[in-house]
Amino acid sequence: MPVIGDGFRRELEARGISRREFVGFCAGVAAILGLPKSAVAQVARALETKPKPTLVWLELQDCAGCTESFLRASKPSAADVILDLLSVDYHETLMAAAGHRAEAALADVVAKKPGEYIAVVEGSIPTGNGYCTVGGRSAQQIVDDVCSHAAAVIAVGTCAAFGGLPAAAPNPTGGRSVGDAVPGIRKLVNMPACPVNGENLAALVTYYLTYGKWPALDHLHRPLFAYGKSIHDACERRAHFDAGQYVEAWGDAGHRAGFCLYKMGCKGPATFHNCPNVGWNEHTSWPVGCGHPCIGCAEPAFWDRMTPFYEHLAGVPGFGVGTSIDRVGAWATAAVAGTFTAHALVQLTRRKLAETAAKKQRAAESSAAPPQPQPKDKQP
Amino acid sequence: MTRIVVDPVTRIEGHLRIEASVVDGCVSDAWSSSTMFRGIELILQGRDPRDAWAFCQRICGVCTTVHAIASIRAVEDAIGAVPPPNARVLRNLVMAAQAVQDHVIHFYHLHALDWVDVVSALKADPAETSQLAMSISDWHDSSAKYFKGVQARLQAFVDRGQLGPFGNAYWGHPAYKLPPAANLMAVAHYLAALDWQREFIKLHAILGGKNPHLQSFLVGGMATPIDPDSQAALNADTIGALRGLVAGARDFVNQVYIPDLLAIASFYKDWAGYGAGVGNYLVYGEYPLTDEPHAPKFLPAGVIRGRDLAHVEAFDPEKITEQVTHSWYTYSEGDKAALHPSHGQTNPKYTGPTPPYEFLDTNAKYSWLKSPRYDGQAMEVGPLARMLVAYGSGHARVRELVDGALAKLGVGPEVLFSTLGRVAARGLETELLAEKMGDWVDELAANMGRGELRIHDNDKWDPSSWPKFAHGAGFHEAPRGSLGHWVRIADGKIENYQCVVPSTWNAGPRDALGAPGPYEAALVGTPVADPEQPLEILRTVHSFDPCMACGVHVIDPAGREVAHVKVR
Repeated sequence: MPVIGDGFRRELEARGISRREFVGFCAGVAAILGLPKSAVAQVARALETKPKPTLVWLELQDCAGCTESFLRASKPSAADVILDLLSVDYHETLMAAAGHRAEAALADVVAKKPGEYIAVVEGSIPTGNGYCTVGGRSAQQIVDDVCSHAAAVIAVGTCAAFGGLPAAAPNPTGGRSVGDAVPGIRKLVNMPACPVNGENLAALVTYYLTYGKWPALDHLHRPLFAYGKSIHDACERRAHFDAGQYVEAWGDAGHRAGFCLYKMGCKGPATFHNCPNVGWNEHTSWPVGCGHPCIGCAEPAFWDRMTPFYEHLAGVPGFGVGTSIDRVGAWATAAVAGTFTAHALVQLTRRKLAETAAKKQRAAESSAAPPQPQPKDKQP
Repeated sequence: MTRIVVDPVTRIEGHLRIEASVVDGCVSDAWSSSTMFRGIELILQGRDPRDAWAFCQRICGVCTTVHAIASIRAVEDAIGAVPPPNARVLRNLVMAAQAVQDHVIHFYHLHALDWVDVVSALKADPAETSQLAMSISDWHDSSAKYFKGVQARLQAFVDRGQLGPFGNAYWGHPAYKLPPAANLMAVAHYLAALDWQREFIKLHAILGGKNPHLQSFLVGGMATPIDPDSQAALNADTIGALRGLVAGARDFVNQVYIPDLLAIASFYKDWAGYGAGVGNYLVYGEYPLTDEPHAPKFLPAGVIRGRDLAHVEAFDPEKITEQVTHSWYTYSEGDKAALHPSHGQTNPKYTGPTPPYEFLDTNAKYSWLKSPRYDGQAMEVGPLARMLVAYGSGHARVRELVDGALAKLGVGPEVLFSTLGRVAARGLETELLAEKMGDWVDELAANMGRGELRIHDNDKWDPSSWPKFAHGAGFHEAPRGSLGHWVRIADGKIENYQCVVPSTWNAGPRDALGAPGPYEAALVGTPVADPEQPLEILRTVHSFDPCMACGVHVIDPAGREVAHVKVR
């Protein structure tokens, strides 16, 4: 048996990470989570004293981009710490063992630690027979087994959270999100974006380790700390939007001066994610920051709803942070109307019906819970 | 005879299954199967060709960028867009950075554990490891204290009993040959490389907003404005940052990766005798050095057959075909037909066993990969192919690097055609590209300095400027090998899209004549000391750096009908 309760602090010292660096790391995580300064000590205490929980990471209809993004997660000099916060007992891309020995490691966790481990799922789950098998088992058989016995499930990336690319019209393989493939899953958190931002994933795990529960989620099971605000509202180019200063052509004077990319197709007004605040690759940049419009990659069905990527959203009103939230659905619909094939609309309608049904079910299940701030449903 | 199944093959991208028959401790036959399918090319039909790169890029998140590059080139070829010089330089930097980072991650995080016994590192004397490290490199982190710290960290990890990703592995297997001191050095650099990759790839964030899945590609150019007088564009600060990152990469590659590679290889020279494969090598060529249509490339295109380095043939894209005899697709002309990708035709039809299953029927169809052939022959693609074609073509710097490495190991060029040769070629290519990147940063700076700020061919941006019907092809040398995209455009929308990718070339199943693909051929003759622990099979398969999500695709003008049936 693993030594439960082994001091994380001691391990850090053994590897030469000072107390000061560690607290700095905790403060960074707390900042991403939007926690007050007073919470830093609590985060640090929890990380120091809690045992390493087991985590298994499943890769299904995926591209491993979320795995790579997780490897880019960083807080000053302590990114490797994030790996050590957990015992990652199964991860195809990283693990040394292969074949039946790898599968045995997964089976061991499910058999010996039911209700104790975290399952991370990357990629969607096909409904067709034979579209995705690992060790001879289908993706559906694997998630049925692993997710239903997990203490909590994190769907990383837009594929696992919402179906993503495989589920884009015409969804040739019947790709589905984890929530749709395994209904009634316990403690599901969706972490969309393509790929998931490693910093957000690290912050989520830290929150869970600190408080023993998930942060506040919206109706799509997304943590509010990362998905509570539109890209448009936090964008560094917002002042240019309000001033009517737009990029008109790639490389023009406005583009070089950092003007708003709305006319070039930016989906920031219809996309809820913390890219502008957290950035990518240790705050190096982010897509709008480097000069390309947001493509809405954290939103459900963005491959269908946000395309064509270079056509601008219809009728985004100017001025005023936050005035837009109620109308997001309407703009997305306007952008979509001219571009959809008929069967893509059928797909979306089906998805919408399924989501509504699932939402009702969840609402019934959690009717006793206090209300949480929720952005409006953005589905057309 | 023993039938071995390795599924999943771990430490790769995607889902790969190997079945092998073992006779007298040696692989007598092998079958390579890809077990995941998404249908991205089908999803692309009817969409705006300018969006395709973003869809294609998601084929793979490990070799992010590569499908985006091939896609924008294919569409540019079709509509006649001509990217300006800055776009070529920015793309060269993005592609080379991808190759350098990807190769380092492959060596340390995906391949090293086949050669390095992590548990043995606990027995090492840190002082001895330090001596070894200093004897082969000037790298700053080489003190006994440093290695002692790594060892203590590893000991604490093992003592806790939670081995995580190192659990259930093959530690103590007789095929591990490194002494404890070398194992400790490699484990230390496994961890160092994890930090290094995160730092170096900021180059992609600067030029692409984020990594993985950069977001600065455009049909006709790049989306990163250039202006030395703006804070919102690539400027002098950027040049400084790029220079720093490139210098850091050169240091790590020259002082850590290459010395480690040569040190480890010197203990595994017997692996020059295994994993030869099909002996044919194909390269499309990469890194255009000027802006005309058929510009000279830093790494030349070419074809080598039968390991004959003296004869490098010119590459002819018309000779590429794909077959589906053993793939879960059908052709209307019959499953033994061979079709050029510009007229690619595939209907997905899974006829494998119902999961959960134990074995595939390898006499029938057994993979989601097709079987690409060049002039009817299976071809190996990737770093080894590129280094061989460049060597055979007289590339001065490649000859210098290859000859230098062979001399250090005290072996002849014949060892290149092997598992070990593949590993070595990947390292030498990394060294080559890391040093070349500096030239492109200088070129970008020079353009900026003389007021050349264009990043995009605006004339071809509006679909109304395109012909009613258009078709094109885009070629790229991805880290794992030659990649091609073919697109047909009608009325401004994608009518047809086809990818033939490196891991399809290397990992594809048998063709209509029963000829094996490169993985399958390379595995024959591989020793297997313990069928329960097929470490040796992993060595050869990993030497190709499999990337399976890339390999699987479908396109068919009639495919929509099939898809309607499949859709829920």
